[in-house]
Amino acid sequence: MDGARTVRIVVTLKPGVLDAPGQAIRQGLDALGHRGIRTVRAGRFFEIEIDDGQDLDRRIREMCDGFLANTLIEEYRYEIV
Amino acid sequence: MDVGIVVFPGSNCDADTYHAVREVLGQSAQYVWHEERTLRGLDAVVLPGGFSYGDYLRAGAIGATSPSVRALRPYVARGGLVLGICNGFQVLLEAGLLPGAMQANASGQFQCEYVHLRTERADTPFTCGLAPGQVLRLPIAHAEGRYYVDDGTRPALAAHRQVVFRYCDSRGAVTPGANPNGAADGIAGVASPSGAVLGLMPHPERASEEILGSADGRLIFQSLGLWISTGRALPVPAVETH
Repeated sequence: MDGARTVRIVVTLKPGVLDAPGQAIRQGLDALGHRGIRTVRAGRFFEIEIDDGQDLDRRIREMCDGFLANTLIEEYRYEIV
Repeated sequence: MDVGIVVFPGSNCDADTYHAVREVLGQSAQYVWHEERTLRGLDAVVLPGGFSYGDYLRAGAIGATSPSVRALRPYVARGGLVLGICNGFQVLLEAGLLPGAMQANASGQFQCEYVHLRTERADTPFTCGLAPGQVLRLPIAHAEGRYYVDDGTRPALAAHRQVVFRYCDSRGAVTPGANPNGAADGIAGVASPSGAVLGLMPHPERASEEILGSADGRLIFQSLGLWISTGRALPVPAVETH
């Protein structure tokens, strides 16, 4: 596809913020007998196909900072494939 | 008074809110589709409870991008009043019209129960008919009601008296046991510094008639009616940032 890039974004709660969904998932894994699990953090994943450009990083950060992540309680990381 | 009730795809408390304003209070109410860009002629706008956009991304996050929500800031600057109930509160937080954020309940469960609220501030358009410290009994029904505010914002919240309701026991004591979702400082409702914008997690529209189990919610709508009919002014200028 011409001029399109794929961006994969992961959004998670900031460390130190109680992760109730992660804890609930941990309980489910424990209940199913999976052993040796130390921590579970639950997050959101987004895969976006976007027009390429020189300001691609800035555009991705704007989407993340203002919408895809609530930066008060969440942090994000991304990779451009 | 004329109250506008915003309807998002997924809102489900709009009809109950309409009923509370129209039938219980006897005031004029109208539905406002979330894509409306003007809020002219409305004395107050209510963002009702529900699951706008299925709570996709984050509860209230997508609703916060709607034209009607974008129009709230200038609407408040013109003297408008805004009440966000449950999902409506979440929308106001995501839109930056109120400080803080909502997280999943500490229990990890959807909490559907009656709670007691203590009135922490009685000089807002929504609490002017209440006494400071007055206890209300209202139902909650939410999975993301754990109010979060960072340490940097806490002093401003206190200085501007923005905490309007706290979860308490039946006697008005704010205790951890009375907190249904782990909200910071037991906070159940927050207002803008002027009081023009209020968000609360409990549902006053579900407690506006005795037959529903509690009529304490009617006091919030009656306060609004009292405020508008007596032409009161806000204690500080309406244009504010936080």
